[in-house]
Amino acid sequence: MSSSELRPGAEAVLEKGWLGAHKWLLMRRSSQIGILLLFLVGPWFGWWIVKGNLAYSYTLGVLPLTDPYVLLQSLVAGQVPHKVAFIGVAIVIGFYLLFGGRSFCAWVCPVNLVTDLAGWLRARLGIKGGPHVSRSVRYWILAATFVVGALTGTIAWEMLNPVSMLHRGLIFGMGLAWAVVLAIFLFDLFVMRNGWCGHFCPVGAFYSLIGKLSLTRIRLPNRDACNDCMDCFAVCPEQQVIRPALKAINGTGPVILESNCTNCGRCIDVCSKDVFRFGLRAGGNDSNLGGVAGATPK
Amino acid sequence: MSTAKSRTGSRRQFLVDSARLACGVSLFGLGMGFYARHAKALPPAAIRPPGALPESDFSAACIRCGLCVRDCPYDILHLAKPEEPMSTGTPYFVARQAPCEMCEDIPCVKACPTGALDHGLTDINKSKMGVAVLVDHETCLNYLGLRCDICYRVCPVIDKAITLDPQSNERTGRHTLFIPVVHSDHCTGCGKCEKACPTEVASIKVFPRYMAKGQLSEHYRLGWVEKEKAGSSLVAPDVEHKYNMPEGMKYEFDKGLSKVPPAEPSGAVPGMPKALQGDKL
Repeated sequence: MSSSELRPGAEAVLEKGWLGAHKWLLMRRSSQIGILLLFLVGPWFGWWIVKGNLAYSYTLGVLPLTDPYVLLQSLVAGQVPHKVAFIGVAIVIGFYLLFGGRSFCAWVCPVNLVTDLAGWLRARLGIKGGPHVSRSVRYWILAATFVVGALTGTIAWEMLNPVSMLHRGLIFGMGLAWAVVLAIFLFDLFVMRNGWCGHFCPVGAFYSLIGKLSLTRIRLPNRDACNDCMDCFAVCPEQQVIRPALKAINGTGPVILESNCTNCGRCIDVCSKDVFRFGLRAGGNDSNLGGVAGATPK
Repeated sequence: MSTAKSRTGSRRQFLVDSARLACGVSLFGLGMGFYARHAKALPPAAIRPPGALPESDFSAACIRCGLCVRDCPYDILHLAKPEEPMSTGTPYFVARQAPCEMCEDIPCVKACPTGALDHGLTDINKSKMGVAVLVDHETCLNYLGLRCDICYRVCPVIDKAITLDPQSNERTGRHTLFIPVVHSDHCTGCGKCEKACPTEVASIKVFPRYMAKGQLSEHYRLGWVEKEKAGSSLVAPDVEHKYNMPEGMKYEFDKGLSKVPPAEPSGAVPGMPKALQGDKL
């Protein structure tokens, strides 16, 4: 196909215009940078809208938000936090149950800005290949963080976690945290495509567990219109999540239920045939467009 | 047969992959564990905020959110950077740079969402951030005979946490040294003494309690304490001590050396050893 000569999404740009083909990407970047700025305007200008960091934050003196992964590590290490931390966790888990577990990765996490840049550069420079590592490694690492935390009685992972290191570093002072971030950037650029976020990061793995139940999903009401241009595969950071829903493998319904979908919405942007859109896990409202007889989304 | 072969092949591949995964993750876990254990010890210059749990619990309870740092009105707290030799992201202050100002409402503790800073601490004077130790007698100005007294004067728990204990100045033979003595049951470890110490490198320093404090063996009993508790001696009854003195002299425990009453008027005795020429003579 001629489209294979073009960059992924080029057809969508022709079809929908540049803005239409970058809508979700732009919204996502605004969200990532906006959230970061909310944390930064305090230390920068003394406008204390949000205090703290992604582990725990306190907004306008009323809203506590706690990272459930950190809190669980603390519990496993043998400490029971205050009620306010649990309220924060309930709010955060509730939010991600509504909007998709790993939407944390795509819409909030500051490391995603780094790894996306590495991925973009990798594609631009035409760097290919790299070791094959199972995407389930992250779950083993996730388990290891709990085991080590329990054995040492510390929140061991938080001493190494590049996600909190970068976010905390930007707000409270980087120190050598930039070296860790650079290492991840170089790893994703030269060694493995989507290496960190797509294979190793236990934070993403944890949020994907919430994502198993979350409400907001990518739906494919138009999947029959797919012309196999492969642009969605090319841009998707978790390529394995698309195929079952797109190709109705084993009668999968037109919705991406894979918990590792980050709800980044890039597939919506780059698809010139408008196959994808955001919807609900059990949204029956697109059955008139599905056209896959007998496909019953659970 | 070929399917059977490929099945054993794929099974072998599965086993190899699993082993590889297990090894990789175990190595990662081991490294993380060693690092975590290593980082559990607090370096001597780093003092935790008031109310901090003992270090072993602290590194499990603190989620590194930095709220204590934000709510400290004097900006003395920092979060440890990855290269610093302690648990990354945990809060500390360095007394020599900026000591704890001992806010009465203890905002840092109130801000803590996890209890890593114990909310049970409501009186800042009861906090146990560390203990001041007069580490260097040789440079302490009071030890050298000056009336510096700065550590004593700046101490928020003056006369309890630091007292000035008089000792005779052996060098001059006629002056008093006012020795700063820290009492760990009252010292909060705020570090004001270390900050204020005028020597080039502080002669009095605050250390984490585990570093500063010794501990008696559990079976040790202080005889005089036990005696007071019991109301009488618990061992053999005290015997009246008898002194063998030169003729014409007598010695009483609380009065010191004196002459037997019918003697010439008191005053310095020319032939007496220097050590005996005190106020008590």
